[in-house]
Parts: sequence; C-alpha cells; structure tokens
Amino acid sequence: MMPHGKPNGLAVVGTRPIRPDGVEKVTGRATFGADFSLPGMLVGKVKRSPHAHARILAIHVEQARALPGVRAVITAADLPEIPSEESFVGEGPINFRDLSRNCLARDKVLYEGHAVAAVAATTDAVADAALELIEVAYEPLPHVIDVEAAMAPEAPLLHDDLFTQGVEPAPTQPSNVAKRIQFTLGDVGAGFRAAETIVERRYTTQPVHQAYIEPHACVASVGADGQCHLWCSSQGQFMVRAYCAKLLGMGIANIRVTPAEIGGGFGGKTLVYLEPLAAALAKRSGRPVKMVMTREEVFRVTGPTSGGVVEVKLGATRDGKIMAAQAVLKYQAGAFAGSPVQPGCMAAFAMYDLPNVSITGYDVVCNRPKVAAYRAPGAPIASFAVESCMDELARALALDPLALRGKNAARDGTRTAYGQVHRDIGYVDTLAAAKKHAHYAAPLGPRQGRGVASGFWFNVGGESSAEVHINEDGSAVVVSGNPDIGGSRASLAMMAAEVLGIPMERVRPIVGDTSSIGYSFLTGGSRVTFATGMAVVQAAEEVVAELKRRAAMILDVSPDAIEWKEGAAVPTDAYLGKFEPLSLAALALKAGRTGGPISAKASINAQGAGPGFGTHLCDVEVDPETGKVRIVRYTAVQDVGRAIHPSYVEGQLQGGVAQGIGWALNEEYVYDRQGRLENPGFLDYRVPVASDLPMIDTVLVEVPNPRHPFGVRGVGEVPIVPPMAAIANAIYDAIGVRMTDLPMSPPKILAALSGATK
Amino acid sequence: MATLVYAAPRTVDEAVQQLSRANGGARVLSGGTDLLVQLQSGRVKPGVIVDVKRIPGLIGIRAEGGGFVIGAATPCALIGEHADLKTVWPGVVEAACLIGSTQVQGRASLAGNLCNASPAADSVPALIAARATCTIAGPTGTREAPVEAITTGPGQTSLARGELIVAFRLPARSVRAADAYLRFIPRTEMDIAVVGAAVNLVLDARGLCTDARVVLGAVAPTAILVPEAGAALVGRQLDEDTLRDLDAAARRACRPISDKRGTVEFRTQVAGVLARRAAGLAFQRARERQ
Amino acid sequence: MSKHHVSTTINGEPAEFLCETQQTLLDALRDDLHLTGSKEGCGSGDCGACSVIVDGRLVCACLMLAVEAEGRTIDTIEGLAQGDRLHPLQQHFLEGAALQCGFCTPGLLVAAKALLDRHPDPTETQVRYWLAGNLCRCTGYDKVVRAVLAAAAELRQEHEVESA
Repeated sequence: MMPHGKPNGLAVVGTRPIRPDGVEKVTGRATFGADFSLPGMLVGKVKRSPHAHARILAIHVEQARALPGVRAVITAADLPEIPSEESFVGEGPINFRDLSRNCLARDKVLYEGHAVAAVAATTDAVADAALELIEVAYEPLPHVIDVEAAMAPEAPLLHDDLFTQGVEPAPTQPSNVAKRIQFTLGDVGAGFRAAETIVERRYTTQPVHQAYIEPHACVASVGADGQCHLWCSSQGQFMVRAYCAKLLGMGIANIRVTPAEIGGGFGGKTLVYLEPLAAALAKRSGRPVKMVMTREEVFRVTGPTSGGVVEVKLGATRDGKIMAAQAVLKYQAGAFAGSPVQPGCMAAFAMYDLPNVSITGYDVVCNRPKVAAYRAPGAPIASFAVESCMDELARALALDPLALRGKNAARDGTRTAYGQVHRDIGYVDTLAAAKKHAHYAAPLGPRQGRGVASGFWFNVGGESSAEVHINEDGSAVVVSGNPDIGGSRASLAMMAAEVLGIPMERVRPIVGDTSSIGYSFLTGGSRVTFATGMAVVQAAEEVVAELKRRAAMILDVSPDAIEWKEGAAVPTDAYLGKFEPLSLAALALKAGRTGGPISAKASINAQGAGPGFGTHLCDVEVDPETGKVRIVRYTAVQDVGRAIHPSYVEGQLQGGVAQGIGWALNEEYVYDRQGRLENPGFLDYRVPVASDLPMIDTVLVEVPNPRHPFGVRGVGEVPIVPPMAAIANAIYDAIGVRMTDLPMSPPKILAALSGATK
Repeated sequence: MATLVYAAPRTVDEAVQQLSRANGGARVLSGGTDLLVQLQSGRVKPGVIVDVKRIPGLIGIRAEGGGFVIGAATPCALIGEHADLKTVWPGVVEAACLIGSTQVQGRASLAGNLCNASPAADSVPALIAARATCTIAGPTGTREAPVEAITTGPGQTSLARGELIVAFRLPARSVRAADAYLRFIPRTEMDIAVVGAAVNLVLDARGLCTDARVVLGAVAPTAILVPEAGAALVGRQLDEDTLRDLDAAARRACRPISDKRGTVEFRTQVAGVLARRAAGLAFQRARERQ
Repeated sequence: MSKHHVSTTINGEPAEFLCETQQTLLDALRDDLHLTGSKEGCGSGDCGACSVIVDGRLVCACLMLAVEAEGRTIDTIEGLAQGDRLHPLQQHFLEGAALQCGFCTPGLLVAAKALLDRHPDPTETQVRYWLAGNLCRCTGYDKVVRAVLAAAAELRQEHEVESA
C-alpha cells in the first residue's frame, strides 16, 4: 500500500510544475562543464594515437616541455601504475588498471585516438603547438575491429594476459575473448523437439554513440597542499572522485568534485577521460587546468556501445506457446574488457515466461574505443534480434504479434533465465494498452507497414544520500548527490513537497558536491527518482516526525494527538477542536527555541527497484526506389510505475525512442581499413534531426512498484530497447523484406529489395 | 607562429590585388560555412583571408537583361526569399536552399558552394542545368564563364591566382520553361547529397519538350551535364518510355565512388530515380507556367 | 601578434573585444565577453548549439569569424528575456517541458525566435525543417515543436491585441 495516499489524493506528485533548473537553462545561465572558468586557468589538450593498434616504443616530450607557454606535460609514466582491480563504482564493472590505461596509454595503443600524452599551456595555440612537438615512436601492429574476426584464433591479440573467463577448463592461451557467459533454464534441446515451428536468424549491429550534444569538459585545480577540486559535467561526482583518487594515487578526502550541469550523458559520462589528466596537469603546473573535448574527440575516443552479432532461435507449438528460446550474443568490448553482453543476455528474453532457455554471451576486445554504457546497455542489441525473431514467429504461426507476446508474457512470479523472479510488473498491461490504442487499428497507406516490439530493463536501486533542511521561514532545501540528467531534481523536490505538505515552489532542490552530501552512486540505471527519491522521502518523513514532536512540545499535548496534514500539525480525530493547527512556517520560526534547526538526512542502499517494460508501435513508409524509410507514426507504451512528473516521464520515453530510431536507421561507426574512424562528426554520424521524426505519442501505464513510497520504478532506459525491432518489423510489413543488419540504411534496404545478396 | 591576416576590401579591385599579392596563400571568405570548418581542422592553412562581403554588389539579387544577377556572396537565405527568382528558377532556388541547415543558409553563398568544389555541392547541378554563368574579376580584367567551367575536380577550380567570382547570371526565360533539383540524403536534412539531379527544360505549346539539360551531382568528381539524358527528353512527352530512357542515360553517365555516404551501385541506381523524378517535377512546373 | 579590435552591438548594447583572425564569433562571445549561453557542441556548424542572430539572420556563431562582427548587430540567448520577463518561447519551453539537459536549449530558442520573427504562423512541418539544424538528443523534439507552436499562437494573439 502506498503510505502516501491514493493517486488522486496527491497534491504535488503527478502534476507538471516547471522544473527548478528550468529558468537558468532557458536563459543560458546554467553552468555546464565548459562554461566554468577560474582565474589563471591553463588549457589542457591530449596527444592521441593515429594507429588502431601499435606498440609505443618511445615518447619524447622534452621539446614540448621547453616551448614557452607550456606549463606541464604528462604521459602514463607520470601516473601511478595501477594493478588489476575490479571496481563497481561506475555503471557496470570496470577494472582500474584498464581505466588508467584508457586515460593514458601504457606500452600499447589499442585504438585510433587512444591518449598517449597531455599538455597544459597558456593558450589553445600554444597547447596545439606543444602537441605537435611531442614525438611518439610507434611500432604499428595488425588490428581487428569486427567482433567475429576478433574471436578468430588467428586474430591480432590486444592483451597477452587476457584469458577467457567462464570457460572450463581455463584456457592456457590468451585471446580476445574476455569472458563467456551462460544462462540456462530447463532443457532447450527438449524444448525445440517439442516445438512445431522453429525460427532461426542471425542479426548484426554496428557500434553507436550516445551522441550527447555537450562534449566532455572539466576544470581541475590543485592547491599546494594537494587538495584537488574538480568541476565537471559527469553522471556521478562520487564516481569521478573515486576514479581520480585511484588513478592519481590520491586519498579520496583530498579530492572534491563539484558537478556542473550535464549536457546529456545516456551512460557515456559514467566514467572519466579528462578528469585525471586535468588534475595531474593542474598539480604539476600549479595552476587550474581546463580541458574540453572537441566533437571529433568525443566520437573518436569515448565509448560508443558495442556492435555485435546475435543469433536467435525460437521454437513454439502451433498455438503460439514458446517451448524453447536460444540466443548467442557476441559483443565488442572495445580496447578493454567490459561490454554489456551480460545485461544483454539477461534482458534478451526477460519479457517472456519460457520453460527452456539457453543464452550464451561473449565479451570480445577489439581495436576501437572502450565501450561505455549507453541507455539500457546491452538490451537494445539483444532485443533487436529477439523481437525481430518474435515477429517472424508470429507470422509463421499466423498470430497477431501482440497476441503472441501476450501468450508468453512474463507476469508476477515468472522466473527469468538469469534467476530473478518478476514481482509486481506491468508487461501485460503495456500489451493491453497497445492493443486498444487507436494507433493499432489505424489504416495504413501504400508502401506503409506497422511493427510491434517490446522491451525490458532491470532498473537498479543502490546507494543514495539526501538531506532535507527546513529554513527559518518554513521553506525547505533538499540536497542530494546525483547529477540531474532527466528531470530528477524536479521529481525529488515534488516528493519532498508532497511529504512535507507544502507547495513545490517552497522546496529548493540542489545537487551537492562530494564534500557536501553523503555518498551517492552515480546517475544511471534509471535509479535516481527511485533510489534517491526514496532517500529524500525518508529524510522528509523524519523531518515531519520531528515537526510533530516540536508541535507537541509547543502545544503541550501528547505526541499522539498530532498528525501532519497539508503542511501543518493538526489534531487527530480524537483531539479535534483541542488546538489550532500549527503550520510548518510557524514551527520553523520557533525551531531555535524548541531544540534547534530542523533537518534530517538519509543514507540508504535502496532495494526493491522494479523493472520496466514497454511495448512500442511504429508505422513506416518505405520508398521502394531509394530504400528510404520515413517514420510515419510512433506510439510508446510503458509501465512507468508512478509518474512523479508526467511531462518528464513522457520526455524520457520520447528521447529514448528518438535514439532508437537513429540506431535503427542511420547511426553507425564507419571504420577504414586502417581502423580509423571515418565519421567522427555530426555530419556523417547521423542522429535524427527534427524533420526526421513525427510527434512521438506516449502512454504511461502505472503499475506502482510497492517497494517505493510513491510507487516509482525507473523509466529512462526501457524506451530505447524496442525501437529497432519495431522499425524492422514495420519495414517487413511494408515491403516484405526482413532486415537483420543495423542500421537499416537506404542502400541496404534497396539492395534487399532488389534481392541482391548482402 | 605566423599570423593569419584578415582583409575586408571595399572594392573588387582591392580584393583582386589582395588575392594576387598573397601568392596563392589567400582564401576568399564569403559565407564561411566551408572555409571556417577547413580552417579549424587545419585542412587549409592560408596566410590571408579576404572577406568580400563588404564589397558593394557582392550581396544582392537584381533583375537584368531579362534574367537575374546574383551577387557571389549572397546568402542562400536571401535567394530563398526572392519571390521572382523562385517563380522563374524554382530549381536553382530549391537547390540553393538545400545547402545545410537554416543557420548555414544564413551565410552560405553560391560562389562558396561552387568554389569549394565538392562533387556533391547542391547548387551546382541546378546552375549548370540553367546555363548560368559566372562573372569573374581578376588581374587581367573581368570575364564571363559558364558555371560548369569552374570546378575541375574535388576541391579544385579553374580560377587563376587573383581571380574571384563576383556574380552569377541567370539567362532570360521563355514561357513553359521550368527547372527542378532533387537530391538524395539518408535523413531529411543536414546531410551531404549522396546523389543530386537537376533538370531544366522548355516545353512547346503541345507539351513536348524542346530543350532539356540534365545535370547530376555526387556521381563523378564534378557535377556532370548528361547530354544523352537531355536528348532522351527532347521531342517527347514525359511517358513511361521517356522516363525509362532518361533513367538509363543518367545511370550510364555515373562515375561515382563508394564512400561512407554511398556505394557505386546505390548512387547509380538512385541517380536514375532522381533524374526521373526531377524531370517529372520540371515538366509539371513548365506546364503550369503558361 | 596584433589583434583586431572589434566594435559591435550585442543584445542591443555596444560591445567591444580584441580577437585574432582565426577566432570564431563563438569564441569571442564565450571567452572574451563571458556570454556562455551559446554552446559549442561540434565546432563545425552541424549541431546548432551556438545559434545566434546576426543582422536579423540566424547563423552558427562557430561558422563566423569574430572579426566579422564589426559593425553588426548580434542577438544571443542572453538577450531573449527582457530583464526578468521571459519571452513566450522561453515560457512555453518551461511549461511544455521542452528541455531536459538544457544544453541545446539556447540554440533552439534563438533559432525558434528567428523562425517566428519571419514566419509567425508556421506549420509543424515548417517548424521541424527550420529547426533541423538544431540537434537535440534528449527530447526527441516532440515537446520542443509543441512549445514553438504554442508560443507562435500566443505571439499572434498578442500581436492581434496590439494592432486592435
């Protein structure tokens, strides 16, 4: 039961107030990473490898160091050598040694653009000149990028100490396969034997980038006492602090990270690239150092997600009951181990209640930038394959695609292949809402087709801290430690306002720096409104408890005479009429005389995050003479738990869909034969523009998560999972051609139409 | 570090002198939408930038001698807003207005688009199809040249040192004449043309084509006039046979490369498609211009 | 190394700065004049985050040399609101939740203003094509387009009332 009332009994939650950071952002005053400046600041820039794979024989920095205006030059030799150590500070496991070498190469460069040195100088021009003066002697090595080529026994090896985990017996020869994963449920062999229809297909995808519009940026300042202060746009100031401390060999207490506003992250800013370099340069030069990536650097060196190969096999009885499901996923990890193949495996069939499942995943290193998280990491690639295969299965069985999914849908109590049992989920609700939506019955024009696909994401909880302080005039400040990438600041303020019973305008949310608020896990995994929200609610409830105690003191009544209603201490029914209500403002005024400032904090490890499910409908129109696809209509249905601020929940759905559309149709990394990226810019890395998209309709289904005081479940990641299959299925519906390779760009569609072999 | 010099001449002669003096190390700054990108990336390293926008006449459109004169540095946005130009030369105008975003349109110019000499330049096929000419000023005086004589290869022009384009001229127009430009891009905006096709034609009173020029972009090192494609239209109605012949002639003329924007096969196939569609549009417009 | 001295008008006020030839207008606005509302998203005119209005024309500040600003009038995001009175576009962006991270928002607002200055009654399609040069990765453009159309309607109404 929701301790905070029925949906229509809420005053603030569920409404659509203006976001607290909104006016700053529409007037251009909000401070993003590159907007921040300190007096005496130097410019930091990075020297990068022109080779996709090479041994570093020597780096000569003397000439650069001697250039007037250059105040510091560093290479990996100037940073501590970090031993191998797994960390769980970021989104997904990361090895500190790998992270260190990703920030500055040691011994080898593993992708074009890999950083080998960094300089700090008085001006851009001097910094550029210094980079030119740094001489690096390389021994180029053969490179490999394609995932299956990297898995082949004769492939060039990236790491001679990488032995495949998850294989018995453990291999004695290194390879590019970092890990093999297996999830098994039941017996797929028996399942396929019991199936009357089997569909088997292979799917391939290319790496795609999060493509946030704001390039990475930071300013670092290190005092003579070794105290380091970093201002940066990132998805987690505590993550930045932890990573910098580790990579620089500094104590955590000596680093303070202030989060700037962040211009998009989507997972791509859940790790560090510039911050350790800027801090090291700041320390050496004795002056603040600002580092901002160019757009080209963003594409060339920061982690896009994996490209991959997914092979899916589904077997069902004639009436549509899936008896066996099998998938093999091979994902690129980039230069260091850690692709999202594991969550991809886990999410692949998570929407379905299946008796027999086998999922195998391979994490494969290759000579391109290290993968970084991208919105529901791993799941979109897997779902492109599985949901396309489901569409083929539906057609083979002559079943409506929503009905096929409904027949096999995960419900309360369904056990997934990775061991989790679903509880209080809303998947079938999304299917039902999609089925009865006007979109599903709307007529289609010539060369148009309709596709359906579903998606899932786990959503996480994790560690969050929050503080609620009552000001002398009865307004409140809510401090938390998570950068706001989707509107969470607004929803945190709304939940606090709801609990305190005051208007949202009287609650000011701020995102604190690492010294001002307790530890918080980063912004990712669709966790902030859930987990940090839970901490905020807990703190606000403690404040309310304290306010009631103060009221009891002032009124000289027993504490059980008081309840908190609409922002005031009021008599319970039993004491009706015995005293006048005391407002929060009145209590705040008397705080000093009743015990001191009124505030509370909560530091929690939020449990009970609820998974999210979505079902999308997409209509496309295909030009059969050019292969061009136009998105004609799109409807995204999602179980959002409880929409604290419906506009920003809708915004998450629309944004995720837009990224999925780009992934489906035009986005991809294009490498030349030397392993160099050919399209490191927005001209040829083609994200959707305003004229590419129609309005994106959203349907918010609310199946509250009972483990959160307001029923919240994460919403931000699910919406990027279904679009690629929804579009592929719509294209099939329009022109009878099954696209199994992303992106589904015009030349590929035209070739498929012509019946040419790929 | 050598300082990059900026000059903003007030007359054409001044500009010519500055360009000549710089010994090949000068670049004309018109809209800057190509030049600044190349400067920032280091692809070009001039010693002098000659900003021609302050020279009277370099920006502006006027009717003259039955046709139009467009100042070389006129932003495409101005071209797009010129009602008469749009009526008489809808193909040239729509081509110019396809260059980049609205922001790019606020600055990009025909001269810049032409002299940047990208094989995929959007305005060039339509200008060639229209029989447009350039007025070129240089050390030896002023000369006129057809637009197709300017680009000689990717990034290369036939302009001599010290020469700059000062204006484009569009000839007088008969009735029942119209042009059209279509391009193929993977998105709806913001991409470099994968294929461009311009058709300029004249119809007689019976609706038969008496003159046709078909020019393709992005399928060869420069935009190419395809006489065979134009010939496929002359003396005919726009029926299935005509379109088929036009398509085939367009394809035969293609000599594209495969790159990250398109393969040889795709460009060739789509060139035929766009030639047909542009011809259809031009025919329709010409019929409406009675 | 001698610099150019530029005198220009920014958001209605006279402004001056020194610049080198290769510096862009965006550099000058952000670094010399401390007007950091215009953003650098790409530096090559492909994202529109640096959109400003020069002599009434929407342009990318990263595609214009700072020295070209001499004698021109420039309008940036910082000049859209009048004191604490937000422009209807800004108000509708807030009410319609047409921003998330906010990085592309200044560019979008300036571009939308340029649109409504010239075309007070645009269709949805016109809005989308006009704004195609402003990349947004967060919103999917839906609420942005709605906010622009709503602001256009409000401005038309205001205009009618004024003319009446």
